[in-house]
This record gives sequence, structure tokens and C-alpha cells, in this order.
Amino acid sequence: MAFERPCLITVTVETTELSLPSRIDTVAAAAAAVSEFVSRSGLSDDAAFGIDMAIREAVTNAVVHGNNRDEAKLVGITLKSLPDAVEITVHDQGPGFNPNEVPDPTAEENILKTSGRGIFFMRSFMDEVDWFLPPEGGTTVRMLKRR
Amino acid sequence: MAELNITERQAGDVTVLDMSGKITIGEGSVALRTAIRRLLEEGKKRILLNLAGVGYIDSSGIGELVSSYTAINKESGQLKLLNLTQKLQDLLTITKLLTVFDVYESEAEALNSFK
Repeated sequence: MAFERPCLITVTVETTELSLPSRIDTVAAAAAAVSEFVSRSGLSDDAAFGIDMAIREAVTNAVVHGNNRDEAKLVGITLKSLPDAVEITVHDQGPGFNPNEVPDPTAEENILKTSGRGIFFMRSFMDEVDWFLPPEGGTTVRMLKRR
Repeated sequence: MAELNITERQAGDVTVLDMSGKITIGEGSVALRTAIRRLLEEGKKRILLNLAGVGYIDSSGIGELVSSYTAINKESGQLKLLNLTQKLQDLLTITKLLTVFDVYESEAEALNSFK
């Protein structure tokens, strides 16, 4: 009787969680933490730049639009280094957000608008971006950058 | 150290703002807005932004550039951009703003274009 040799699969998932107050300086603090995390993840400089852009926009949205700059509300950030990607989630405690209501900033009538490009940048620089409305409230955006 | 440093100089009737740092939500965007408003109040309506030292800009900073452009146009002035980094040029390309702004790589050429 032949026995198959046992196969050991080790999957390492490094996870970092942050919980930050809803202030504008949280954006830079989150970006610094993510940069440090990404530098350990072996991603290219271009990928790191894209993640930096995306996390700043996601945290800005959470602080300004989600939590309405209410410092009593927190912005939760989870970073996961997966075998084939880096996954980032940003959670706010706001009333809930529908990304489909944000107009396309590259449409001719919107090009000269002074806001509304954050989500466009997140989608441009990350491989996947999805929004969820978890049962406990608020909005969670999940972003994935593949290796 | 400030997030965005802005140095003003005059080249004929064109005001050049040499900028270095980040134009991001908060301090950087506010510094740009304040500088442009002050120039308009002083009647300086021909403005060249030298962005050679601006290594980072976010959607708020892009919005502030657009806001500056429309505010200066409203006063019948002109805003032009000089020395964009590749990253900033890429951002203006994907947002289709590269077709809106007058962009130069040579200061002499930029200054001549105001005449």
C-alpha cells in the first residue's frame, strides 16, 4: 500500500490593525503605518505608490465624509499581507456610503469640479475596490493590490 | 517644517511660485489656496506654479489646483504649470486635466507664453 508523503503547506498572513481618531492628521498617520507595512511586503515601488494614494483617499473619505470629522468616531484600518496580494480595509462609523452615487470625475461636465476624485484614484491604483455596509453600522471599503 | 513651502518671485509681470513638499488635504492644500487668494487680492493675475519640488499630491491637492485655475480665470488672469513630476503628470492625465492646464517644462517658454 502506497502512502502519500504528507505535504506541509505554510501560509503566513501578517495582519496589522489600527484604530485612529477622525482627524485630518490621521490621513498622514495611516499612510505612514501602511508604508511601513508595505515595505515589509516586498511590493514594487509603483505598487507601494498606488497603495499610498489609495489609503490616503480611503482614510480621507472615512474621516471627512464617513465620520464627518467627529473625533469621537474612529477609523479602523486592517492590513493583511496575503500570499498573492496586500489587502487593506478601512472602516468608518458614519451613516453608510453608496459609491455609485459619486459621479465620474472624468466626464466632461465634471472635469473642473474641485472634489470627487478620491474614489476614482482608489479604483485607478488598486486591483480591487469594494464597499460593504456591515450590520454593526458604518461603511467598510476593502482594497486589494496583487503582487 | 511646513508640508508645503512656497517661495514667490516676480519675472516681469508674471508671478512665479516655487513650490516644494506635498499638496495634500489639510495644510498643503490650504497653503496653496491662501497664496493664490493673496496674489489675486494684490492684483497679480498672471501666475506660474513651479511644481518641480512637489513630490506628492492627493485628490484634495488636485482639487485645489482646479480651484486656483477657475478663480484666476474668473479674474481674467492666467494660471500655468511648470516642471511637473512624472507622477503628477500621470495624475493629471488620468483625470483628463492635462488638457485643461497649460503645462511647460521650460521656464523661459512658460514665461513667453504669457505675452
